Amino acid sequence: MGEETTSMDLLQFLTCGSVDDGKSTLIGRLLHDAKLLSEDQAAALQADSKRFGTVPGGLDFALLVDGLEAEREQGITIDVAYRYFTTAKRSFIVADSPGHEQYTRNMATAASTADVAVILVDARQGILTQTRRHCFIAHLLGIRHVLLCVNKMDLVDYDQVVFEAVRDDYLAFQATLEFGSVTAVPVSALRGDNISRKSDEMPWYTGPSVIDFLESVQVNAGICRIGARLPVQWVSRPHADFRGFAGTVAAAPLSLGQAVVIEPDGGQTRIAGISTADGDLDIAYPGQAVTVTLADAVDVGRGDVIRDAESVMQTSDQVQAHLIWMSAEAMIPGRQYRIKLAARTAQAWISDLKYKINVNTLEHVAAKTLELNDVAVCNLSFDRRLACEPYRDCRETGAFILIDKITNETAAAGMIDFSLRRARNLTRQRLSLNKQVRATALGQKPAILWFTGLSGAGKSTIANIVARKLHLMGRHAYMLDGDNVRHGLNRDLGFTDAARVENIRRIAEVARLFVDAGLIVIVSAISPFRSDREMARGLMEAGEFFEIHIDASLAICESRDPKGLYARARQGEIKNFTGIDSPYEPPAQPELRIDTDAVSADAAADQIIDLLERSQ
Amino acid sequence: MNALGNLQRLESESIHILREVAASFERPVLMYSIGKDSSVLLHLAMKAFHPGKPPFPLLHVDTTWKFRDMIAFRDQRVRELGLDLIVHINREGLALGHSPLDGGGGRHTDVMKTEALKQALGLHKTDCAIGGARRDEEKSRAKERVMSFRDAHHAWNPRAQRPELWSLYNCRINPGESVRAFPLSNWTELDVWRYIRDQDIPVVPLYFAGPRPVVERDGQLIMVDDARFTLRPGEEIREENVRFRTLGCYPLTAAIRSEARTVDDIIAETLSARTSERQGRIIDHDQTSSMEKKKREGYF
Ligand SMILES: Nc1nc2c(ncn2[C@@H]2O[C@H](COP(=O)(O)OP(=O)(O)O)[C@@H](O)[C@H]2O)c(=O)[nH]1
Repeated sequence: MGEETTSMDLLQFLTCGSVDDGKSTLIGRLLHDAKLLSEDQAAALQADSKRFGTVPGGLDFALLVDGLEAEREQGITIDVAYRYFTTAKRSFIVADSPGHEQYTRNMATAASTADVAVILVDARQGILTQTRRHCFIAHLLGIRHVLLCVNKMDLVDYDQVVFEAVRDDYLAFQATLEFGSVTAVPVSALRGDNISRKSDEMPWYTGPSVIDFLESVQVNAGICRIGARLPVQWVSRPHADFRGFAGTVAAAPLSLGQAVVIEPDGGQTRIAGISTADGDLDIAYPGQAVTVTLADAVDVGRGDVIRDAESVMQTSDQVQAHLIWMSAEAMIPGRQYRIKLAARTAQAWISDLKYKINVNTLEHVAAKTLELNDVAVCNLSFDRRLACEPYRDCRETGAFILIDKITNETAAAGMIDFSLRRARNLTRQRLSLNKQVRATALGQKPAILWFTGLSGAGKSTIANIVARKLHLMGRHAYMLDGDNVRHGLNRDLGFTDAARVENIRRIAEVARLFVDAGLIVIVSAISPFRSDREMARGLMEAGEFFEIHIDASLAICESRDPKGLYARARQGEIKNFTGIDSPYEPPAQPELRIDTDAVSADAAADQIIDLLERSQ
Repeated sequence: MNALGNLQRLESESIHILREVAASFERPVLMYSIGKDSSVLLHLAMKAFHPGKPPFPLLHVDTTWKFRDMIAFRDQRVRELGLDLIVHINREGLALGHSPLDGGGGRHTDVMKTEALKQALGLHKTDCAIGGARRDEEKSRAKERVMSFRDAHHAWNPRAQRPELWSLYNCRINPGESVRAFPLSNWTELDVWRYIRDQDIPVVPLYFAGPRPVVERDGQLIMVDDARFTLRPGEEIREENVRFRTLGCYPLTAAIRSEARTVDDIIAETLSARTSERQGRIIDHDQTSSMEKKKREGYF
């Protein structure tokens, strides 16, 4: 160390192994050998080794890298930890991820930014289920190079036969995954054999040490499969004469004068300037953060992708993708999530869950939903066309995350396999007669009055009164009652969460057709989930959707119990009954809340009609 | 293919993060603590929005016990760059009169730094505070996210952190919640100094060795920066060639003996350093996981 490192490159790698394979020991050893431990850290290590250590009398390198207090006490690595060290040749970022199956999401997180996967196995145990899992996840996230560390060689007498058996076993298994390179090295992390120096104990091994490998592996070769991409993060308008588009270049170099297309809208222009604070550039390389100006005044905003005009890029509203579910809350097909793809945010839903992949056996498993750590292949639909491409061609425009619309949690990470072009080929029937024309003919503004509330709150009673009153006023209204719809259109649906989502989706779609016909639609359905009502609202134009909370406490509803349903639910005869063993999420900001304890059904109907008339 | 060097990659990544913050949040602020990391952060913010100015103000939480050189440097930088600076002092806290000279300074830090920061963020309705913390600074930070989610009480819950993949940052929050963004997450102390050298970034002169009045207390060298410092029996003020590896409240920041007068000297010294930079921060010493505790309570 001590040499000029400013122009050195950076390698990011991931370490994976099962508990006790010696992953933490290996990283601690790398840091130790890179002389990165300062005196106070070494002293702390010695003190900690006494207090928490598992190596009697010795230094427990694992303690260097197990960060959080809780983890230290439990002796397991839960979260991804990032470590840094530098040798004379390279700077390194180590993403240290836990190996249990229940931490698949953490490993995927660590793998997403890694160039190389360092996979540990215990020489005594050989290739285990978890090794296969780690390999598969590394492959799924597009890692091209694998270093297989066969650890604890000191415990098998540094035996060449043991090493070769493990290595061959591994090579046979990974053949289907097509990594760019696979290198196997026999090591003892604890003793430092073949870590930063060649081991005297294993003269039969002639390959690189771990550090030799990490210092020399070439990871950039062959990444340029497509043309330049610049996802626009920020539009820079410091003064009237400058309109720049800031972002990080991906996939291939972008050069001055290059012809480009703005996706997804398809505008065409040229790169007029590549500006940075250090001066203008003629060429910007992948990974570089720049601001470009364009030759023509085309429309460009955050989330658009400026691409090399010579290359092909799909825009699509449907893709097939691999998903890794990251939330404790299960995925529900049809439910809307926010998607973030490069700098674009849009709405997305899983339109077809094809199968789950068993991460241990790689078998395909049929599934209706996805839970934390599940890996699956599915079709995903977007509410608009997005510029995207296969993940294997470009990580920056092929990777995405799904965000829960209520909790804002990161619900899933995904990688696009390819776009499904069906939606593009299907041109919609152009109708000269439109909603506006039909509504004018009826002399009203179409709308949806969406009644939500517990069973027995009074939704149907009030809805019926509203329908009658509107009719008398000469309005054209139609009522969609949740119970009635379940007898016909939705008679195939039950009451699981997934079925409830589908129930509401169908009602919302039917309501939308009626609104399109110019009608006022009164929907009366428990519709317990906030996100589903938001989905329905999202189908309508602004000002068309009125969420009306028919509010009565569970105790009141249960005491009314007009159909005796609560009693049966309490006795366990009815399962998944809202309010009893299935949740009701009250609206946060309904257009109107009716407190049925305080007003009569008739007065409530008048309030609702008032609300509607004010908007007409 | 031209591969970017280490510092170029780090620089681009930080700029990318700063742009995501500016585009995704309504009222971000850049936490400007005047130290070397803040200096780099500010430099990167200037670059990220060039030829424009960063679209967010700087915020300095002033404990009233910062080195005088720091305040002078702060005011000069802000003037030169033409930026907006918010200085926040916890006025009610000041009245309580906790001094960093009393009992390890813990109370002072709680009131004038942790509390004051929460106050300032509340007052300015900040939804994202950009900070210069690095993951290599301390063990519990190794698992910190780039976009670190905080609940409505500014608390950091290690279990509620969102997975962060690729460079796709989830910036969605509900009202009252906030995010701490750390664009320098992947930088090391050495990267910071090398970048300061390569880019010629101004830093507070206290980082460079020079003769300064110091007192040796509990094995640490404390600089006497003003008349509020009281000597304990047996202590005496001496002039020594010292510098600082990190800057904070002067009675809580230990100096090291050093002859490093240029950035190159500092880099050479850092490379052979036998103590980590945080050792200069006296508040970290209390117990094994003190930093993690501080974070849960809302300290940066
Ligand atoms: N004999 C021997 N023990 C090792 C070696 N590497 C790790 N260990 C021990 O194996 C145990 C688990 O190691 P650790 O690094 O915590 O595993 P992790 O769970 O993968 O992080 C510890 O007791 C280590 O000291 C090795 O190469 N040889």
